[in-house]
Amino acid sequence: MTPFTALVLRDMRLAVRVGGGALMGALFFLIVVTMMPFAVGPDLKLLARIGPAILWLGALLATLLALDRLFATDHEDGSLDLLMMGRMPLELAIAGKGVAHWLTTGLPLVMISPVLGLMLNVELKAMGVVALTLIVGTPALTFIGLIGAALSVALRRGGLLLAVLVLPLTIPVLIFGVSAANAGIVGPEPFGPPFTILCALSLMSLVVGPFAAAAALRFGLE
Amino acid sequence: MAVIDLANPTRFLSLVQRVLPWLWGAALIVFIIGLMQTFNAPDDYQQGATVKIMYIHVPAAWLGMMGWSVMSVAALGTLVWRHPLADVAGKAAAPIGAAFTFICLITGALWGRPTWGTYWVWDARLTSMLVLLLLYLGVIALYWTAEDPGRGSRAAAVLTLVGAINLPIIKFSVDWWNTLHQPASIMRTGGTAIAPSILYPLLVMALGFTLLFFALHFAAMRNEILRRRVRTMRLIQAQTLAEARA
Repeated sequence: MTPFTALVLRDMRLAVRVGGGALMGALFFLIVVTMMPFAVGPDLKLLARIGPAILWLGALLATLLALDRLFATDHEDGSLDLLMMGRMPLELAIAGKGVAHWLTTGLPLVMISPVLGLMLNVELKAMGVVALTLIVGTPALTFIGLIGAALSVALRRGGLLLAVLVLPLTIPVLIFGVSAANAGIVGPEPFGPPFTILCALSLMSLVVGPFAAAAALRFGLE
Repeated sequence: MAVIDLANPTRFLSLVQRVLPWLWGAALIVFIIGLMQTFNAPDDYQQGATVKIMYIHVPAAWLGMMGWSVMSVAALGTLVWRHPLADVAGKAAAPIGAAFTFICLITGALWGRPTWGTYWVWDARLTSMLVLLLLYLGVIALYWTAEDPGRGSRAAAVLTLVGAINLPIIKFSVDWWNTLHQPASIMRTGGTAIAPSILYPLLVMALGFTLLFFALHFAAMRNEILRRRVRTMRLIQAQTLAEARA
């Protein structure tokens, strides 16, 4: 087993065992989506129209909140120091942590989104489109969020600071995610262009995120 | 004088002492000329006198964006060359850039009310300036929360560079999303679309704003260096007091 897979498996194990918060993100997602009809009223037509946007916002917030402790717990028990001194490049280790985080929080969000879509009166076929955009877009959220998580552990601050730093950077992902979903459901614009740009954003954050997060950790913890 | 010589804060402070009065003076003179030209500039045939808001609005927008460029160069200086003044420069530029961005948004809202009939629309340019302001506020928040100035500025430098990569993407994605604001009319292929009687005062005002930016920036850098000295002296004082008591 390579160090990378070992790290991914370790992080996933930690997330699903006692004290981990793997399903907390999905639960938070459920609650946010449930709150929306209370705020905008139970008008099913309106909910069907803004449903994809609600699902995207909920997924964005759930991913972000789950990121808060990503490096903090490792920093507290000292394993972050081992990762930084180990032979595996820190960038790769951070990418591994990101992958594990997405598998334990991002993927459950995508998997429960069709059920939540039914509650919002989004049609089943349309829900497939939304789930597709979410499965492509949520890795971007995780990997952009890594930067904020690294910055906040370097400064020993968390919570709101993380949201203030990361949310503006996720605007393009949100724009292209929601517009791809809307284009796939109602049109008239083609689904292809926004969807491929969403894929590009994900791939780019996959590269930029680990490097920026590693730089933040190195400069912050030296 | 090479950039590396400025690593000595005392030498930098003496340079600022010499340059700053000239900068303030130049900014003042250019502003007087620019404002006189602005008053003499013709009104727009549709918008009337409200078009004069542009002479504040457009330079403020340019400098709001230039502030982030200054911070990005400073961030490179912090992370790559470890220049001791670079983090001071980055920290000093953030509130100034945020202020210019804020002025741009406010004047834009005041201009939008008579011409578009609304203070705010979710238009591409307005939204991307708002996001720029949010990014500025994020960086300032990061500087505030750091207990140790060095550590805070390195964290902020990482965020600044990530923001520098992201700003064009945000701009482009927001453009794609919705638009009402006029497209670029000065720097465009095929020459400018603005009459010289309006363009020249605008360029003079832009020069004045740029001089003001650098005057404010140098002054803020000087203040930051002095603030850090005060902090160090206080720490030493507290230490000696503690040792004397022990």
